Amino acid sequence: MNIWIAIAATAVGCYAVKLIGLLVPAGVLERPLVRRLAALLPVALLAALTAQQTFADGRTLVLDAKAAGLAAAAVALVLRAPFLLVVAAAVVVTAGVRAMAG
Amino acid sequence: MAEQTALADIRSEDGGKPDAAVVRDALGVGVAVGLSGFAFGVTSAGSGLSLLQTCALSLLVFTGASQFALVGALAAGGNPLAAAAGAFFLGVRNAFYGLRLSQLLALPRAVRPFAAQWVIDETTAVALAQPTRRSVRIGFTVTGLSLYVLWNLTTLIGAVGAQAIGDTDAWGLDAAGPAVFLALLAPMLKTAAERAVAGIAVLLGLGLLPVLPAGVPVLVAALAAPTVLYVEGRRMRTSACDATSAHDTRREAR
Repeated sequence: MNIWIAIAATAVGCYAVKLIGLLVPAGVLERPLVRRLAALLPVALLAALTAQQTFADGRTLVLDAKAAGLAAAAVALVLRAPFLLVVAAAVVVTAGVRAMAG
Repeated sequence: MAEQTALADIRSEDGGKPDAAVVRDALGVGVAVGLSGFAFGVTSAGSGLSLLQTCALSLLVFTGASQFALVGALAAGGNPLAAAAGAFFLGVRNAFYGLRLSQLLALPRAVRPFAAQWVIDETTAVALAQPTRRSVRIGFTVTGLSLYVLWNLTTLIGAVGAQAIGDTDAWGLDAAGPAVFLALLAPMLKTAAERAVAGIAVLLGLGLLPVLPAGVPVLVAALAAPTVLYVEGRRMRTSACDATSAHDTRREAR
């Protein structure tokens, strides 16, 4: 039930912000400070999420095969690989490291 | 104003962009990103969400980063509202995309609630790259439609597949989530300010993980954005003051 509450809240919130953008007159959200914050907020969230999902297991910090997978994704990004290839590189390398270790 | 530029563009350059070229570009983005719904389906099912919950997220939320963030936070045992808050903050950028798009698309008010669900990173990127209003509309619609259909289809396939193969970690599929975040993050890291925000956020997110309840460290890490903005503002004010001595003395008197 808790999961459904989270899904409903996210769905309503995310749809509302999409609609607000299309409905509000230009200028309301155009203040430089607001724009700048909106550009930087995803950077902070994505960086924190990337780090947590790579180096955390529950509430403990770990270093496992996912770190190697993320490194592979980073290399793919530097080489300007397409989106799907970046994700595939992370998955394949993580699975490979686990297979060798296990 | 936009109309005039659009018309000017049609006449100048190579007579505008052919519809087929716009459709091809839009489909390229829509198909490539739409297919990664598979990674979401697998991640979500691997995080313990049911098939129905996984598909509901793709159908109703339809903004990838928020979806990954939500299932990640729920899997880590986060409070549902803290998890939803993190996902919501990631979705806020879509409001600013909508702002840009509403001028370019110039949709009738009645159509906007239906178009809203497709206002995401990819549709905005394709639409903004188009030279005329006609191609903006085609680009937005084709990207939105192809991405929405494929994203939901591959979410379903991924979720069913994950339940069939059981332990998704053995296949390295738990690395898909962070890899998606990294791929979304990488193009945003252009200036020193952005890199500083990312660095501080990583330190906060990992450092606070053992001491705060699940889901909360990410929200605290979000504070890296206003912090860097504040420092940046102070620095700009200081350099502006150096330039104009009159302001400088007045400020120092305070």
